[in-house]
Amino acid sequence: MTRVVLPYHLRALAKVDGEVTVEAATISQVLDALEAAHPVLRGTLRDPGSGKRRAFVRFFACQEDLSHTGYDVPLPAAVLAGSEPFLVVGAMAGG
Amino acid sequence: MAGVRVLVGTRKGAFVLTSDEGRRDWKIDGPHFAGWEVYHLKGSPLDPDRIWASQSGGWFGQVIQRSQDGGQTWDAVGNDFTYQGEAGTHQHYDGTLKPWVFNRVWHLEPSLTDVDTVYAGVEDAALFKTTDGGASWSEIDGLRKHGSGPQWQPGAGGLCLHTILLHPTDEQRIFTAISAAGAFRTDDGGASWLPINKGLQSGEIPEQEAEVGHCVHKMAMHPARPDTLFMQKHWDVMRTDDAGGSWREISGDLPTDFGFAIDVHAHEPETVFVVPITSDYLHVAHEGKLRVYRSRTGGGEWEPLTKGLPQEHCYVNVLRDAMAVDQLDACGVYFGTTGGQVYASPDGGDTWEAIVRDLPAVLSVEVQTLP
Repeated sequence: MTRVVLPYHLRALAKVDGEVTVEAATISQVLDALEAAHPVLRGTLRDPGSGKRRAFVRFFACQEDLSHTGYDVPLPAAVLAGSEPFLVVGAMAGG
Repeated sequence: MAGVRVLVGTRKGAFVLTSDEGRRDWKIDGPHFAGWEVYHLKGSPLDPDRIWASQSGGWFGQVIQRSQDGGQTWDAVGNDFTYQGEAGTHQHYDGTLKPWVFNRVWHLEPSLTDVDTVYAGVEDAALFKTTDGGASWSEIDGLRKHGSGPQWQPGAGGLCLHTILLHPTDEQRIFTAISAAGAFRTDDGGASWLPINKGLQSGEIPEQEAEVGHCVHKMAMHPARPDTLFMQKHWDVMRTDDAGGSWREISGDLPTDFGFAIDVHAHEPETVFVVPITSDYLHVAHEGKLRVYRSRTGGGEWEPLTKGLPQEHCYVNVLRDAMAVDQLDACGVYFGTTGGQVYASPDGGDTWEAIVRDLPAVLSVEVQTLP
């Protein structure tokens, strides 16, 4: 299982505490699984029409920025093994 | 016992303020959706416990929330606002063409006849509708595609459709207003639209009396006189008595006719309220005094209402959707400020009192009159 850490606002929106887990081996599968389990997240991470990541949403894991690596690239092995989480982060734009 | 519920949208969440019909003692509940911008909340006229909220933010986009218990609990509904067909372009601030992009929902207008039907005015300007309780939204694209869309340009807040007025008896007639395009009317349920801007004059556009391009800030209607509309334009307070066929200025003796909010007394169709704001370059209360102006003559002659409002060192703004009236016998008037105060007058504007003083900047105020 892939561990996913959502930012505060999305945890509140999805009404979940702490990490969530999904069956996913790529970013695309993470997003599909998140939206399937929590339909309220549709449109909050990526544009519902184009599928493009929202500008102020970032994806990190294993101290790497995965925001621009492509949706279908396999997740890092440590994430797939469950030893590291996949982080959904709101861009640092608060001032 | 009768009472009121005031729905307040702010830059950092929503608040629900309730009182009995005395409107002196208030219970304040919130924030709901803390940290998100809530541009608007509005309750169904058919079921006051059903309330809709537009929750949005730069990070995570648009969410629509629906409550079925008067705002105590909320559930997210559909949030896909995809334009019909080719989105096309509109004018940007500098006159260049810019693609139409959905940004947020500014205004939610529940149907007068069907509890599951709601209209949504959005930025970039378009009108959407749900008929399934918010599960899905479809654009009424006759408005955006009626012909003048490529000439529309954004106001300072964006290219927003902020006013939706539903005719009280004719479901086919709807009025909308867009900043900065102007006012529009449909008589066939949205299939076709007519710009209704004759008589408006705007110094900010090359052709001052153009068919479109006017920065209409807000419009208001009394349901007993649906052919009469009142308008706060960028500059100028206006009225029409023929459903937008022509407008005439009613700014009269206002100290400044710039402003955003405008509303009509619940029981007196010729009593109108505005809040004069200094100017287009200074969006603060005029002369440092927070004054509501009331006309009992349908415009032209205005009186300042100041009792209970700050009359010095006050530099807040009152935004376009931040004024409302209740339906109690002694009509209550409410407005919120960018300084976070929500003021209430239980006597038609004669006296005012702050319900709450330190909310985040207020974006919208709506009132429900409860049985």
